[in-house]
Amino acid sequence: MAEQVLMIALSPTMEMGTISKWEKKEGDRVESGEVLCQVETDKAVMDYESIQEGVLLKILVNEGEQASIGTPIAIIGEEGEDIGELLVSIKADDDNQKISYDDHKEEIQSRDMQKEVVSDMNSLPKGDRIIASPLARRLAEQRGIDLATIKGSGPRGRIIKRDIVSYTEPVPSTARHKIIRPGAKDQIIPVSPKRAIIAQRLAESKFSAPHYYLRLKVRTDDFMKARKSLNQTLEQGVSVNAFLIKFVAEAIKRHPIINSTWQNDTILRHGSIDIGLAVAQTDGLITPVVRDCGSKGIIEIESDLKELISKALDNKLTPEEYSGATFTISNLGSFGIEEFTAIINPPASAILAVGKMEPQPVVTNGNNIEVQTLMTLTLSCDHRVIDGAVGAAFLKDLKDIIENPIKALY
Amino acid sequence: MEVKYDYDLLVIGSGPGGYVAAIRASQLGLKTAVIEKDKPGGVCLNVGCIPSKALINQAEVFRNSRILEDMGIKLDKTDFDYSKVFKKSRKAANTLARGIEYLLKKNNIDLIKGKGFIESPNQVLVGDDKRFTAKNIIIATGSRPREIPGFAIDEDTVLSSTGALMLEKLPKDIIILGAGAIGIEFAHILNAFGVEVHVVEIMDSILPFEDREITAILQKSLKKRGIKLYTSTKAVSMDKMDNNRVSVTLEDSKGDRFEKEVEKVLVAVGRTPNTEGIGLENLGIETDRGFVPVGDYYQTKVQGVFAIGDIVNSPLLAHVASKEGEIAVEFIAGLNPEPRIDINTIPSAVYCEPQIASFGYTEEKAKAEGVSYKKAVFPYRGAGKSVAIEKSEGMVKLLYHPSTSEILGAHIVGAEATELIHELLLAKWGELLPEDIATMIHAHPTLAEAVMEAARSAEGWAIHF
Repeated sequence: MAEQVLMIALSPTMEMGTISKWEKKEGDRVESGEVLCQVETDKAVMDYESIQEGVLLKILVNEGEQASIGTPIAIIGEEGEDIGELLVSIKADDDNQKISYDDHKEEIQSRDMQKEVVSDMNSLPKGDRIIASPLARRLAEQRGIDLATIKGSGPRGRIIKRDIVSYTEPVPSTARHKIIRPGAKDQIIPVSPKRAIIAQRLAESKFSAPHYYLRLKVRTDDFMKARKSLNQTLEQGVSVNAFLIKFVAEAIKRHPIINSTWQNDTILRHGSIDIGLAVAQTDGLITPVVRDCGSKGIIEIESDLKELISKALDNKLTPEEYSGATFTISNLGSFGIEEFTAIINPPASAILAVGKMEPQPVVTNGNNIEVQTLMTLTLSCDHRVIDGAVGAAFLKDLKDIIENPIKALY
Repeated sequence: MEVKYDYDLLVIGSGPGGYVAAIRASQLGLKTAVIEKDKPGGVCLNVGCIPSKALINQAEVFRNSRILEDMGIKLDKTDFDYSKVFKKSRKAANTLARGIEYLLKKNNIDLIKGKGFIESPNQVLVGDDKRFTAKNIIIATGSRPREIPGFAIDEDTVLSSTGALMLEKLPKDIIILGAGAIGIEFAHILNAFGVEVHVVEIMDSILPFEDREITAILQKSLKKRGIKLYTSTKAVSMDKMDNNRVSVTLEDSKGDRFEKEVEKVLVAVGRTPNTEGIGLENLGIETDRGFVPVGDYYQTKVQGVFAIGDIVNSPLLAHVASKEGEIAVEFIAGLNPEPRIDINTIPSAVYCEPQIASFGYTEEKAKAEGVSYKKAVFPYRGAGKSVAIEKSEGMVKLLYHPSTSEILGAHIVGAEATELIHELLLAKWGELLPEDIATMIHAHPTLAEAVMEAARSAEGWAIHF
């Protein structure tokens, strides 16, 4: 007498099983306890051991197909037995299931729940529908914009494409997260065009140029001595920054790749060494540029610098005077800053951050302690253009020149 | 004290720009008058869209009489009289012109007959001595056929579109200069009635501003019908001959010249705005290549003076003029209309067999402007209806944005294209996406199923292709 082989619960939480492999073929003899097939449950792949004996007459659920617990997966009986009637009754059961709405209730409910989750993303109180065009919805979804925060400008307040395109992230309002803070009131400061440019350029530099930093200490005693003796011969002294510009220009001559700009598919190596010096203004920051430092003497650099700085402080620099630096120096030594890292100022690929000069105890070669005046230099490089070893070699040569100013003549 | 004017609004010209503006103004409570020197309705109704469609309809009946012959019915065409076809087209035009008069009257709009001449921002002289004052003026004086050197229009041998519409007798053969919408429609009409038609176009394609994949289908069809097309070809000069015929010298792209002898020449190379002799100089308004410069609400630089339709630099189409009139009037009435028409939502329609209708980007334009797009096409023959009614030539083409699927342009060539385009245009207008059209149930069997299938094709699941 032919019998149905039913899917059984092979794990406590199993509701459905997928036949991953039939170990027996139709027509094979099956003994009780023999593995009939392998079933993939929600947890693992399990052997289905037969509790029936006989010949496997018909496989009802093929490999890769699913069956829920209690549904027939095969028929076992005597060889040559007629199973037609049994098959008809199995099929009838199956059809009943297909048209039975109740059996699908759970499935439908779960899908309805999914829908609710989707509409919940619009974070609206129930019953309030957001009127938005399908295109606006798609754009909002792609840009991660919450439609509920947008006021529509289309017919009858419909949210349309332009509302999404022109959307700007709202400033978190104090109304939403009410924090009571004692003391003075907050102030909203409008962004000046200059501040907007600084923000945009530096953010672009920091986010698009992969920065890395190299740092070393430089002994400045000989450099300051040289400066002192030079300045004694001059009416107008030469500033530390003019010296630094000259030293950097000489070091760049030895490592011209430092003086380059990343252009996506090419690298532009600049012919002229144009060094910008960051100058603080009351309302921002500007970098006047001393052109062609490679072929200028220290006195000429100083005179250019003086004029540029005075214009910078009066806000009178022309764009030609403050743009296109191929290298930048930022010196915060006068503020007592020991060391810092700077953000590269495009189109340059490197910036030198200069800290203050300070007498420090140094362990010398002979294991003596000596007081030396030291200054910390930090070089920020754009790794797209300047590799670590190249940046390091440049900085080492710069140190060498500053410590032995005579080397600037080599 | 407020100045008292005769009208809140004076509209100069009663074409599809002017009369629609006037009716909209009246709806919004403005006391309005329209000044018209000719019959109401302008070019569109009298010597443009409407009579040409009357001719096209009859041309298609005539052309498709072969279907009767397929049924075994022998047709005797010996008594064919084109003047009757002509008369029917005039009847259509006149009926609609009277309709405009009725609509104006119904909306309490005064129709002032005569030629308007603006004397000041608030005063228009009509005829020799009638003067009317108004708080606002809308200039809607339209356009006229453009001429080209060497082909002076006499409306006898050398015709403009107006002369071509007024033909009471068909020529044996004709050269049409210009393969834009007007040239192609006349080629279609005249060829259908048995005239030998030669079409000359200086650009490298007929309907040069339509999508090339679409015009290629029409071009093939026109050639099959025996219409001779000469693209990249220039009309150099013409000579009138003794036998009442003209010899036209043409020059191809290689610079080789050749002659064609025909009975008539139709000049259909575009239209020129009517901005002379209407008093713009009294307002200090200078035209730019003949067009009046306007702002977002079609306001000129003079307070209270607006310009719409063919005299402003937007596509010279009746439906554009009407929309511009509505925008200007709503602005005048203090409403907040959507400013300036988005050029990508203006449909164009060419009435030949097969028809062409489109809006928005063509592939060529998208490429030229660097707009990224994807395209979906569906051939008419995939829609059962087209096969059943023997109109299986054609396709629906959709250009959409690769990541958002925004509809960028749509192009249909085939039967009823000019009606079918509007489902896609509504989708564009309402910012619906191809999936909205793809999932909407379309009646079967219809040609609109081809539109649905094109949208499904954009979604990757066209059923019948």
